Amino acid sequence: MNDFPAYRRREITDKIVRIAIYITTFTILIPLLLIFGFIIKNGISNISVGFLINNPVPVGEEGGGILNAILGTFILIILSSLIAVPFGITAGIFLSENSNKKYAQYISTLVDVFQGIPSIVLGIVAYVWIVLPLKKFSAISGAVALSIMMLPTIIKATEETLKMIPYTLKEAAYSLGVPYHRTILKVILPAALSGILSGTLVSIGRISGETAPLLFTAFGSNILELNIFKPMNSLPLLIYNYAKSPYPEWHELAWAASFVLITIVFIFNLLASIGEKKWKIKF
Amino acid sequence: MEDQVLSIRNLNAYFGDFHAVKNVSMKVYKNTITAIMGPSGCGKTTLIRCVNRLHELTEGAYTTGEIFLRNNNILSMNPIVIRRQIGMVFQKPNPFPTMSIYDNVVAGYKINGIKIDKTEMDAIVESSLKKAVLWDEVKDKLRQKGVFLSGGQQQRLCIARAIAMKPEIILLDEPTSALDPKSTLKIEELLEELKKDVTILIVTHNIAQAARISDYTAFMYLGELIEYDKSDKMFTSPSDPKTNEYLKGCFG
Amino acid sequence: MSHFFSKERRSETIFRWLLLSSSFLIILIIFSIALTLVIESFPSIKHNGLSLLTGDIWDPVSEKYSVLPFIVGTFITSILALIISIPFSIAASLYLGEYAEGKRSSIIIKSVLDLLAGIPSIIYGFWGLMVLVPVVRKFEEILGIPPLGIGIFTASLILSIMIIPYTTSIAREVIRLVPQDIKEAAYSLGATRFEVIRDIVIPYAKSGIFAGILLSFGRAFGETMAVTMVIGNANYIPKSLFAPANTMASVIANEFAEATSDLYLSTLVSLGLVLLITSLVVNSIGRFIITRFYVK
Repeated sequence: MNDFPAYRRREITDKIVRIAIYITTFTILIPLLLIFGFIIKNGISNISVGFLINNPVPVGEEGGGILNAILGTFILIILSSLIAVPFGITAGIFLSENSNKKYAQYISTLVDVFQGIPSIVLGIVAYVWIVLPLKKFSAISGAVALSIMMLPTIIKATEETLKMIPYTLKEAAYSLGVPYHRTILKVILPAALSGILSGTLVSIGRISGETAPLLFTAFGSNILELNIFKPMNSLPLLIYNYAKSPYPEWHELAWAASFVLITIVFIFNLLASIGEKKWKIKF
Repeated sequence: MEDQVLSIRNLNAYFGDFHAVKNVSMKVYKNTITAIMGPSGCGKTTLIRCVNRLHELTEGAYTTGEIFLRNNNILSMNPIVIRRQIGMVFQKPNPFPTMSIYDNVVAGYKINGIKIDKTEMDAIVESSLKKAVLWDEVKDKLRQKGVFLSGGQQQRLCIARAIAMKPEIILLDEPTSALDPKSTLKIEELLEELKKDVTILIVTHNIAQAARISDYTAFMYLGELIEYDKSDKMFTSPSDPKTNEYLKGCFG
Repeated sequence: MSHFFSKERRSETIFRWLLLSSSFLIILIIFSIALTLVIESFPSIKHNGLSLLTGDIWDPVSEKYSVLPFIVGTFITSILALIISIPFSIAASLYLGEYAEGKRSSIIIKSVLDLLAGIPSIIYGFWGLMVLVPVVRKFEEILGIPPLGIGIFTASLILSIMIIPYTTSIAREVIRLVPQDIKEAAYSLGATRFEVIRDIVIPYAKSGIFAGILLSFGRAFGETMAVTMVIGNANYIPKSLFAPANTMASVIANEFAEATSDLYLSTLVSLGLVLLITSLVVNSIGRFIITRFYVK
């Protein structure tokens, strides 16, 4: 039993390391609680029905709300999804269908790289492509930037989900004389729906809080604007503009808007994870 | 002389450089069960996958020779047309996971966009499920998902799906290899009934199964068709020594 | 009947063509992005030449543009953020991948990380401006340096919170890949958990953890809003960690919509090009390490 003290020392080291790791890990709770605490406290105290159904008013006037920003956020989400979802899904199908080919693997890697493009850069690109030719800021230019941001997530979600679907399913369809396009559209895609849908929801959650690419595309607006060829407000843009202002009452509005935005983002994220589990197809 | 449905002539099948089926010629007769047996890797599955042109879907796979379905060469027809006339059941049950039992049976119509009216469709579902001896077990839950059935029931659902298209021939690729003995027996029994309507070509590595259910048996080894004869003759007095060895369990 | 099948064949051709062209479009978009930035940067490169990268003055009024202060600002902010976040992400990934692996209690930290990852950048920035900046100001008063509150340190602090979930999730995946039988072999020799982590888990997972850190670095690099709001937007090479500065992304965010001359705009685009290239390089190295060492 000569090594007994050494063993004791090792045991103590083990215990200390464990405690240190636990403490460090749970420290991460602090910033989360602080962020949520402030947003919930300041958000709820400044929120009201009028806040949700009115448009902004000039500083100094009572009341005023964020209706235009909420609507703008949803219009931007819908527009970007309309652009990104069809392309993302078809490209994802192509990549998974040709996953044994070299060129598809290259494109797949390219899509991975795509994910690393900073969102502000996409703002510049949308500015050059759309704002410059149209000679004005517009919701549609913002949607183009956001849709490019969504693409990699949707492509990857489609590709990965389709790769999980057993080949026997495709054979079953072929053996019934089903042509290729019907096999993909009516058999494979429905089986992959949950994965694709949750990927899409994740990407929507991500873009709904995105600000940088909108700064010089959708730009923001103080009025309720539904024309997608005109500047449009969104919640992140509104928070940014109010946060930068020197007026405490606008800061209060920004807290309330942050609360609304974070609620929207988390609803999308929640739907994505529910979708992933609940609608999962059993093979 | 029995009526011949399928006539395979000098068929060769390849996967790239690999010669999987070597110069096989055989005839398949109407309303019979023909079993193809042999050790694994002998080309028996590849052979039947040539019959409904699934073989060519594998990267680098191709075939030479002819397969006549009555007077038409399958290998020069539109594969989509031919696959609707020849049904197939696979090793592992593969019902469509998103579809109900009902929709699985008529999947061949629905997915292909073939419009038929409701009463006719109901009739097809009922008769196909009855032929697959599944009707009594599922008639009260036709709207439930097919994947919640047991393995044996799923395989019978796949048989119903194949015969719902009213094919002339159905191909079965070791349909009972993933099933328990009881489910296996049930499928063997229903195949005996089924051959009254349709010609059956079944791949099996189970010698006893071939002997139990088939009228004709083909024995393949290393891609070649070693012997093809009536099952009675094959299992009592095989003419090729290799067949004899295989039946005695010497290899495979 | 034959008419029906020829129609089917046509739809099939159209469908295959559609799949192919959508992937082609993806390639096209990626290259157009790069090409757009390069073309739009030309006036700036022509006017500024090498001084774009070597000078240290950014003065739009006198048309003197050097992006060096922002490159320095970006690197310092991101590296400081990494240094702050690494202990937390490694601890959390060991906790999730080793200590709490498969246990129900791990749900707390998993949810915390998911929630942190879901908070939009603008909200981090706003919270930082309203809550963190006053705290840092107090801290600076105690240290006896100008109490600005805003600056590199505050930006890095926010960034470090934002990247913890990202580093952790990659590191955790890699730690999970450590073969169970090797760990069990070590336990059977009487090793403690700490010894298994030190001698088995870390050596096996270290390149993956490094790649995770690199990918987070790439993310911190391009992060815009949170940084823009608290970094202080000063256009010179920072002298201290508490000094106000600007990152490449924050300058673009601040000045792009107000850039009046074509040259000014083109210079901001060239800054975007530098940002794109640096973050793609960092990202590609990270991904390369992960696929090289851990896929299959």
